[in-house]
Amino acid sequence: MIKTDILIIGAGPTGLFAVFEAGLLKLKCHLIDALPQAGGQCSEIYPKKPIYDIPGFPEILAGDLVANLMEQIKPFQPGFTLGERAETIEKLEDETFVVTTNNGTKHNAPIVAIAGGLGSFEPRKPKLDNLEKFEDNGLAYIIKDPEVYRNKKVLIAGGGDSALDWAIFLADVASEVTLVHRRNEFRGALDSVEKVQELKNLGKINLITPAEVVELKGDVNLKSVVVQNTATKENTRVEVDNFIPLFGLSPKLGPIGDWGLEIEKNAIKVDNTLDYQTNIPGIYAIGDVNTYPGKLKLILCGFHEATLMCQSAYQRIFPDKKYVMKYTTVGGVTGFDGSKKEAPKAVVKSID
Amino acid sequence: MNDIKIRITDREGVSHEIDAPTDMNMNLMEVVRSYELAPEGTIGICGGMAMCASCQCYIKSEHELPEMSDDEDAMLAEAFNVEDNSRLGCQIHMTPELDGLEVELAPEEV
Repeated sequence: MIKTDILIIGAGPTGLFAVFEAGLLKLKCHLIDALPQAGGQCSEIYPKKPIYDIPGFPEILAGDLVANLMEQIKPFQPGFTLGERAETIEKLEDETFVVTTNNGTKHNAPIVAIAGGLGSFEPRKPKLDNLEKFEDNGLAYIIKDPEVYRNKKVLIAGGGDSALDWAIFLADVASEVTLVHRRNEFRGALDSVEKVQELKNLGKINLITPAEVVELKGDVNLKSVVVQNTATKENTRVEVDNFIPLFGLSPKLGPIGDWGLEIEKNAIKVDNTLDYQTNIPGIYAIGDVNTYPGKLKLILCGFHEATLMCQSAYQRIFPDKKYVMKYTTVGGVTGFDGSKKEAPKAVVKSID
Repeated sequence: MNDIKIRITDREGVSHEIDAPTDMNMNLMEVVRSYELAPEGTIGICGGMAMCASCQCYIKSEHELPEMSDDEDAMLAEAFNVEDNSRLGCQIHMTPELDGLEVELAPEEV
């Protein structure tokens, strides 16, 4: 069981900054995120896009903002459970919470801060009959272990970077790789597109465009798929062991929606007059995932909410301790790793 | 006032005639959100960067629309329920020329 002071669900900018504010109060944090990397939407959807409304940064790329936040919170040694989705929450007798992920990882903390943004990113699934029947029986939306596909006949659908990159990678692993896309054009890094072209010319990737998979066939395991040319409507049957649709990810509020929290407009209602606490004491919601009158889904608002949440969390954990907020310029930043940052001391020295 | 009239059919099939401002730098997705014609969190998820297809709509009238950017074109190539008249609402800015525009919101992806 992973134990911490504040368990943060969602490792986007708001969740990451909460680690810093908690650290100033000497509270330890652990973050859970369904994505395999920190940064949330900033890393997943628009890492190369500029943001112009982060105070103090006239312009910063979303990816750079995440990198900066990671650097800023490093002294506070946050723990991460990445690539796992927070699934259930349970309140123990001692008033602390246990949050369990879809992989069964358990986390225990007196405070839970949901910084889940738009929800956890789930693979976008094509609309096909028997889709669920073949899931894990030849159909997968995420490639966890490429070795599974060694010497198999694999069909990938999609036209983005992940479809291109995996087609390239699996060309050396699988016995047969077919790439199906609705357009003749692919959207991806130039060298990926060129590499696929090269592998196609070498006969290592079988490219079918413009086309889409319209039917799945097989008993228990997937045996073949029907690919339809979107221009001529002509159907071709392709024998496959594996079908991997890679249509990107879309966010879903997911299991958090069933935790007994008050939900409004696909977001969690919080008390914005005080501390962004939800209807369940000890559970807070900060950043894009929450809602209150006048709510704005802005990163800068998430930072503010994270800061007030930490103050309230501190009071909750230490109800008897007296505390006043200290400026970092005055108090410096003392990391859990022993590092200390502080303003240089002025010297008193006469000038001759 | 610089409003134009737009007819929007929501995902439940209900038709709404609404006034859309042309002087507020708004796009069709934002107009839909401002009138709450689709629940928050189900439209405009990426915020208007043509990086999700949650604001996909079908253009029902004959208006001449701004040309599709590469980003929009590529996104629609990956979206579901795409028809020949599909566009991303976030890429359609409200201009006086669009007075009388008729659109239907594409179903939500589930």
